[in-house]
Amino acid sequence: MTTPAPVEDPSFSLAGTREPPRRVLMKGNEAIAEAAIQAGCDAYFGYPITPQAELLEWMARRMPEEGRAFVQAESELGAINMALGAGAAGARVLVSSSGPGVSLMAEAMSYMAGSEVPMVLINVMRGGPGLGSIGPSQSDYFQAVKGHGHGDYRVPVLAPSSIGEAMELVATAFELAEHYRTPVIILADGIMGQAMEPVEQHYRTPARQTAAWALTGADGREPRVVRSLHLAPEELEEHNAHLQEKFHAIAEHEVRWAGERLDDADLVIVAYGTAARVARTAIARARAAGLRVGLFRPISLWPFPSAELASVADRARGLLVVELSAGQMVEDVRLAVGGGIPVAFEGRTGGMVPSPDEVVEALRELDATGGPLRRRRVRRRPPIPVSGTGHLHPHEPMAEPETGHDALSIFGDDAWMPHWYTVPVPTRPTRNGHGRGQGRNGSAERRPDDEGGSR
Amino acid sequence: MTATVPAAPRVIYQRPARLTDVSTRYCPGCGHGIIHRLVAEVLEDLGVDGRTIAVAPVGCSVFAYEYLAYDWCEAPHGRAPAVATGIRRVRPDAFVLTYQGDGDLAAIGTGEIVHAAARGELITAIFVNNGIYGMTGGQMAPTTLVGQRTTSSPTGRDVRAAGYPVPMTEMLAVLPGVAFAARGSIADPSAIGRTKSYIRKACEAQIRGEGFAIVEVLSNCPVGWGMTAQESIRYLQDVVVQTYPLGVLVDRRSGAQAGSSGAQAGAARPGTPSGATRQAEPHPAGQEA
Repeated sequence: MTTPAPVEDPSFSLAGTREPPRRVLMKGNEAIAEAAIQAGCDAYFGYPITPQAELLEWMARRMPEEGRAFVQAESELGAINMALGAGAAGARVLVSSSGPGVSLMAEAMSYMAGSEVPMVLINVMRGGPGLGSIGPSQSDYFQAVKGHGHGDYRVPVLAPSSIGEAMELVATAFELAEHYRTPVIILADGIMGQAMEPVEQHYRTPARQTAAWALTGADGREPRVVRSLHLAPEELEEHNAHLQEKFHAIAEHEVRWAGERLDDADLVIVAYGTAARVARTAIARARAAGLRVGLFRPISLWPFPSAELASVADRARGLLVVELSAGQMVEDVRLAVGGGIPVAFEGRTGGMVPSPDEVVEALRELDATGGPLRRRRVRRRPPIPVSGTGHLHPHEPMAEPETGHDALSIFGDDAWMPHWYTVPVPTRPTRNGHGRGQGRNGSAERRPDDEGGSR
Repeated sequence: MTATVPAAPRVIYQRPARLTDVSTRYCPGCGHGIIHRLVAEVLEDLGVDGRTIAVAPVGCSVFAYEYLAYDWCEAPHGRAPAVATGIRRVRPDAFVLTYQGDGDLAAIGTGEIVHAAARGELITAIFVNNGIYGMTGGQMAPTTLVGQRTTSSPTGRDVRAAGYPVPMTEMLAVLPGVAFAARGSIADPSAIGRTKSYIRKACEAQIRGEGFAIVEVLSNCPVGWGMTAQESIRYLQDVVVQTYPLGVLVDRRSGAQAGSSGAQAGAARPGTPSGATRQAEPHPAGQEA
């Protein structure tokens, strides 16, 4: 591989961080592609499909520049199986597509999960079913979280809600893929892929993990076989038990989520990706109109932050799920909160995006029909669930909530931005008296995409 | 007085080192064992054993990794050429071999094999054609002969319903990315010898960076064909070769001589300079091993 010899210690650091970051306007697909290159991606395989084509085009130009592998495959079947081969040979591999193409990749996803081949797949979601539309959508939630191929398996699914976060999650996805020897899906959507946003060109190159299983040629050692076939039932059951153990470890250690304005929230919007961006604007408008609304934003869709959402729901009157789909995440939300609280849904499909005002209207309806304020029954807030949430790696300890942070967010209020991002601005008091967006290092910060509706 | 010195013992045949000493799961009389041995002998002769990464198919030879001691990657049904492409691109120093049957390569995997060949991937493909889906119980394959009875063509392959046998290797031979394509057989010792020489040339094409290479090996399936082993060999010799003639189909390797078995030896590659060959370009991603 291009990198130094594989490290023995699979701990991660930000040693690969490149300074100083430069702030530029980048299209999501291109920013994600470059982040993958900077994260040490050895090989990219793809097939053109809207709305991810720019990602393929960026790779077509940049990967050869870096002396790395790029193949435009004959189909998504070809692309994902090339990824299988390259991943089995120990390379850091990226594949990208959109729903119709990801459907074709389902077969190899199952093989890769079964034979434990690391790989990162980016799905820039478009409207479905079938050929659907090329507009933004979140209708591949079931496919990513519950579905794709056959057999008993799961893969981690990460959902960025900004281009900057997508860039960071690409590096995280490579880490997870190699640490757990599993495919990892990044679930973006047409807006994330096509929109341009100011992004810090801050990249992270995760350390390589020892690949004592990778195919290199059996020279002076026992041959290695990367396979999912275990014909004897006892053997396959044992292999499945091993996989399940791995999935449980992922579910325990790799839950990621972010909360915003949950401190005093009566109503909580649950949304990820682009829907969370809409929700943020809607929350600002709703708060200006006197509704106390917060945002619960799953970042890992599998494992779903169920316990964390349940603890938030314990202190709210109602939940509103906002999606660019017919409500695919609603099931997971209802499973998490167990029926003890009203769960409403607001969403659009087919490439349509719910407007902030539509979301505010849904919040008003929920406010009118929502249950009693359960929070009053809780004398003191339950402790923040720290174990089982957050990071694989110890480089960013989960500190006690600081003053000025939303107390329930383990990432801090601006979690969708990488932790290093701080832009000092004058701290202003908000309705609830908190200085909003207090940074981890004590300095105030603001988001570049801040709607500012509450100020 | 002259003493007769006994000749030193000389090994004239032995099991290739990488052919494992186990009983296979193949049916009695099956040709896979012979083809495995040919592969093991050629790779040993060429000295590429230790850097071989092979790709296993789905079908009877799915367990090839138990019989040939190389690094193996399992591929989904038909996808071996794509999997091999991924390996090839990140491990330029590896010797990459695919081993596929006719259901795998000529039906479900047509897209993958055609485009790996079109790209001229430096891969050597061993294509075992026994005209039937053996592992699933003997159904009709795209390569099944016209009129041949199988469990899914119980009255014989009817061209009105099931079309004609697919001559995959002839189809691939027209692609300029293909450096070498040939069809051999395991029907008798001389055919086996020629097949071995084809496999050797196909492997050398990869080693020299000359392009994609494929050897189709006509094999038998006594159980699937409903014959004894001897009958199946006679069927192979007398009937199967009528549809699938043996010989070199194309040889675009540098220095290839024209005129062998009517093949397009030294055939020009449209769109490429005359005689141009691909060089294996070292890829930094594959240099650690």
